[in-house]
Amino acid sequence: MRTSSTSSRLLAATALVAALGLTVTACGGGSDDNGGSSNNDPASLKGQTITYWASNQGTSLDNDKQVLTPELNKFTQATGIKVKLEVIGWADLLNRILAATTSGQGPDVLNIGNTWSASLQATGALMPWDSAAFTAIGGKDRFAPAAIAAAGAAGKDPAAVPLYSMAYGLYYNKKMFADAGLTPPKTWEELVTDGKKLTTGGHYGLAVEGSNGAENIHHAFVLAKQRGSDWFDSSGKATFTTPANVAAVKQYVDFIANDKIAAKGDAEYSQNQTITDFATGKAAMMMWQSAATSIKAHGMKPDEYGVVPVPTPTANATGDAAITSMVAGINMAVFQNTKHKAAAEAFVKFMTSTPEQKILNGTYGSLPPVKEAQSDAAFQTPDLKVLASVLSNSAAPLPQVPNESQFETLVGTAVKDLFADAAAGKPVTTDSVKAALTKAQQQMPAS
Amino acid sequence: MTATAPPRRAPEAGPDSEKTAAGRRLRPRVAERLRQVGLPYLLLLPALLAELLIHIVPMVFGIVISFKNLTLFYIHHWNSAPWSGFDNYKAAIKIHQPIGQALLHSFWVTLAYTLLSVGLSWLLGTAAAILMQDTFRGRAVLRAIFLVPYALPAYAALITWTFMFQQDTGLVNHVLHDQLHVTSNKPFWLIGDNSFWAMVIVSVWKSWPFAFLALMAGLQNIPRELYEAAAMDGAGVWQQIRKITMPSLRPVNQVLVLVLFLWTFNDFNTPYVMFGQSAPHQADLISIHIYQSSFITWNFGSGSAMSVLLLLFLLLVTAVYLLVTGRKRGEADA
Repeated sequence: MRTSSTSSRLLAATALVAALGLTVTACGGGSDDNGGSSNNDPASLKGQTITYWASNQGTSLDNDKQVLTPELNKFTQATGIKVKLEVIGWADLLNRILAATTSGQGPDVLNIGNTWSASLQATGALMPWDSAAFTAIGGKDRFAPAAIAAAGAAGKDPAAVPLYSMAYGLYYNKKMFADAGLTPPKTWEELVTDGKKLTTGGHYGLAVEGSNGAENIHHAFVLAKQRGSDWFDSSGKATFTTPANVAAVKQYVDFIANDKIAAKGDAEYSQNQTITDFATGKAAMMMWQSAATSIKAHGMKPDEYGVVPVPTPTANATGDAAITSMVAGINMAVFQNTKHKAAAEAFVKFMTSTPEQKILNGTYGSLPPVKEAQSDAAFQTPDLKVLASVLSNSAAPLPQVPNESQFETLVGTAVKDLFADAAAGKPVTTDSVKAALTKAQQQMPAS
Repeated sequence: MTATAPPRRAPEAGPDSEKTAAGRRLRPRVAERLRQVGLPYLLLLPALLAELLIHIVPMVFGIVISFKNLTLFYIHHWNSAPWSGFDNYKAAIKIHQPIGQALLHSFWVTLAYTLLSVGLSWLLGTAAAILMQDTFRGRAVLRAIFLVPYALPAYAALITWTFMFQQDTGLVNHVLHDQLHVTSNKPFWLIGDNSFWAMVIVSVWKSWPFAFLALMAGLQNIPRELYEAAAMDGAGVWQQIRKITMPSLRPVNQVLVLVLFLWTFNDFNTPYVMFGQSAPHQADLISIHIYQSSFITWNFGSGSAMSVLLLLFLLLVTAVYLLVTGRKRGEADA
């Protein structure tokens, strides 16, 4: 009896330790090997191997490998520098970067979502792009100013270089609009009126991605901006609960709660079901960024839909009221700890060169942030022309503050919970929205 | 080998050499004894080392970090993060402040989730194990089917559940609403109030086969004669379960319930796969909550402090549990 008691206790204790091992945060030791070579002599770079973490841009990780490998081979042929490629899905990328930052052992070059620029910049893990570094890749002026603005905090050297750009537009189903005798809406009032007319017999006017936190904050950002409001003040402090921000979130959630132009089921969407609903005719409109490739993959032909800028409060709005999109995009950064700095810079130069920008953005259906590449025929399709114009005329970068990722999680989740209330038939009022945003703001750590 | 081999020169040995021979006899005995005593420790050494590296060292790091103000500004040189004393702990336990309030909420959610999940898993496991004791046609097949959830890769199983719980196209609503007509509309399972219940259902589905397996093994050890004797004395099935089965299963149950409790309380896979990085308010389990604090809001100090509090809570629960069940068993044995 005694033996069995001891062994059971031993088993229990082992189980306890194993279980606790899961919860206790562990960090590996940081090494500070900063022996970056700044030797710019191209001949000395020959034979060097750099690692590149590419974000997932194509239809799958394998698809990305297929797209990128011939381009990387081209680079190797021209410079003698080998590139070890790893494509990383979005769900893992930030944690991988975080681990690399902590351990000091990371890739030489990596892709980051441009909304993370300021957060990652604050860690000091990325190489700052000062004027000398930009000169080495052809100068800062080659890039669209909006894309540069989304590459780091204002007043600091950017933490990354823009690689792919995207912008939001309002996608509409041409046939459904023609059948209802409608033209694409320019104001929110028109969108709701049109949406109600199009919501009939299992079809909905609009599709939204209610459980996707990032998607939620992109729209909350634009709707607040149109009211002249921001989510952080100039010192980087959260201002989630301004009346304009509350109104912005309420307007977005109301598409399900009050206007009822989006299906209740949309509150649950987080896996791009919005695109499926739009491409299969379940929804007549959606607000999305650079969706051509995905729409096509779901069987809708390019001439069956149109793209216009996202509506504004009034027609022909100006200033902040005219903002219709956040500056969406992917940036390319060099890891501060790289031992192959010159080779890494050479690689960034290659990837942001005009011919490569045309090839890569053309393949991925995004817009080149390099101005010279934008005039290429590949980017003159009707929808890309609209998105390019949005990007240069009516897009603003998300707040470039270190706490941006907290904003995404806390406000994104608050909006998700409000959508859940709306879907369950619970009232969504100015007070309930304000309460949700107040709770989110209170959980923001002091920066 | 030296202990048994006779010294070759023993016949011609004088008094001096007698001493040497005695020494030789002694030394092998010491070596033998050392080997007997030392060998178990030597064999334990790799496990101890692994334990140290895999659990103890990270745990100590976690505790150190909990006293630091480790945010994104310091993760590059994390050991240079400033010390924050008990600030992280204070923030975590101030239940009238937002951070403490949110942690307490997720603690209650987790506790409810754990008690429900463990209770139901145990009930199901016990019932199935008892029913499977009697031999009948198809028993082996049924046993194998019961163990499927335990054998499936967690991620694949959980993602399948999320498909089944989709409001519009999921199998769950299809059966409940379209086929059985038990609900007037299609409820949401992955957002809102039901998200908690969806999580409990998945957790029970995942855990009960383990309870079944452990209890089935435990039942094998109960001598059949006990039941035969009880039956002769006129005890019914229910009485047999109460008086023979349950007391005999007590040692198994003691470990089983504790292990299930600890696993479920720390469950990360279920909410993460079902809801992603931000679970609905109603299903905000403590593991996801700590993950968010540490890895999404990049406040590792705060996340570590919460982890340590959780560790202390689980240690306390385990200690009390072992004490109470140990005493009960002691009483039963006496």
